[in-house]
Amino acid sequence: MWEQLIEEAPRFFSYYNMLFFAKALGTTFALSAIGCVVGFTLGFVLAAIRLTTHPGLKPVRITVQLVTELVRRIPFLVTLMLVFFIFQGLDADLSMFTVALFSVCLIATAFIAEIVRSGLESVHHNQWDAAATLNFSYWQVLWWVIIPQAWKIILPPVFGFFVLFIKDTALASQIGVIELAFAGKTMTNKGFSATLVYGTVLLLYFVLSYPLARFGKYLETRLAPTQDR
Amino acid sequence: MPQLKIVDLKANYGTHTVLERINLNVDKGEIVSLIGPSGSGKSTLLRVLMGLLPPISGEVHINDQPLNYRDRDQLRRIRAEMAIVFQQYNLFQNMSVLENVTVAPVKVKGRPRQQVEAYARELLEKVGMGAKLDAYPDQLSGGQQQRVAIARALALQPSILLLDEVTAALDPELVNEVLDTVRLLAADGMTMFIVSHEMAFVREVSSKVVFMDAGHVVEVGGPADLFDRPREARTREFVGKILRH
Repeated sequence: MWEQLIEEAPRFFSYYNMLFFAKALGTTFALSAIGCVVGFTLGFVLAAIRLTTHPGLKPVRITVQLVTELVRRIPFLVTLMLVFFIFQGLDADLSMFTVALFSVCLIATAFIAEIVRSGLESVHHNQWDAAATLNFSYWQVLWWVIIPQAWKIILPPVFGFFVLFIKDTALASQIGVIELAFAGKTMTNKGFSATLVYGTVLLLYFVLSYPLARFGKYLETRLAPTQDR
Repeated sequence: MPQLKIVDLKANYGTHTVLERINLNVDKGEIVSLIGPSGSGKSTLLRVLMGLLPPISGEVHINDQPLNYRDRDQLRRIRAEMAIVFQQYNLFQNMSVLENVTVAPVKVKGRPRQQVEAYARELLEKVGMGAKLDAYPDQLSGGQQQRVAIARALALQPSILLLDEVTAALDPELVNEVLDTVRLLAADGMTMFIVSHEMAFVREVSSKVVFMDAGHVVEVGGPADLFDRPREARTREFVGKILRH
């Protein structure tokens, strides 16, 4: 086997093949990074909306809950297909990348909204009471009291989700987006050995997710509440 | 003119009525203690007064002004006039002692930080916590946390202070350090509502004692009257049980 790999390697690691992988890596990175950032931001907003108590906002709360629960329960691939066909039905002339990106953001938002919501709810209710009696507004309580205490609980599952999520972007290959998994398939179809191709793909996924996991750990220690200071 | 007037107040938890026909007048500088068995509605009354549980009906007047808890602006005014100290202290765990005391005046009321901090230091000194400004709540004992909580409530310069069983969660040894702080405030002429099971303390410090049972006010009187010459049978029974041990 080694002989075959050594024989194949120079052809495999050619300039154009590497360029192809680099582009695919870029696409996977873009899907993951934009998905993570958008998912984190919107997820936070949705979670914050779900924790409001104002009776006037009830329809908004219910809608948010419905959408997040629905998206979380539909398999990633099905969501992708749904978004794909909905955009097609609307005659929207969007690239496959945009369709994939939209799906990816939708999924990340729904999952992170749920993680953040449970994290925010884990902060003892007496903190809300105390802040309310001091005339804090809802957003002030959230920003100054609840979120700083919830970080430590929210971050580990969020980064756990990010790492899973990077790998799940591979499903975008199903609608023809050329990202890492798609690149891997193309290269094996060209006749390169699976060991070499998927070994490279594995390495590239690792390159994407490892720094993210480290960053998560770093944030966890930096934002840790008082007892660890 | 009473500083605080409660008229026919009623409150529910869900469909369960927890307070009914509460009428009470409190003059400026008065120290009103609420006593009664657990579940009689004492703490609930304080929660209702702070707007944490909106009343079903009835009115609360502060300085002869009727205030509506359903109206956001009026609720803000109520909360500017009154401050509460909770049984479980409820200090913000993510803030130091000094931040806990200054956060509301600086960020909510928009007062200049320097001025607020100077006042906060003064208050913390007064409650004996001047040496712990940079400590975090989880580094303090219960009694220390409770004294910080009192300073936090005072930092907003309320005209009425509500104390909800402030010693109930404390070790017996720590009870006195908190009670001493309350005595200090009483001597300053602060209007206070005290829910407490420390009967000796209630008797010593109160100008008026309110006995509550099952969501009703049963009897109101001076401490000597209520403890020594209760008029109502239910009060007699409660006081008798307490004094026996």
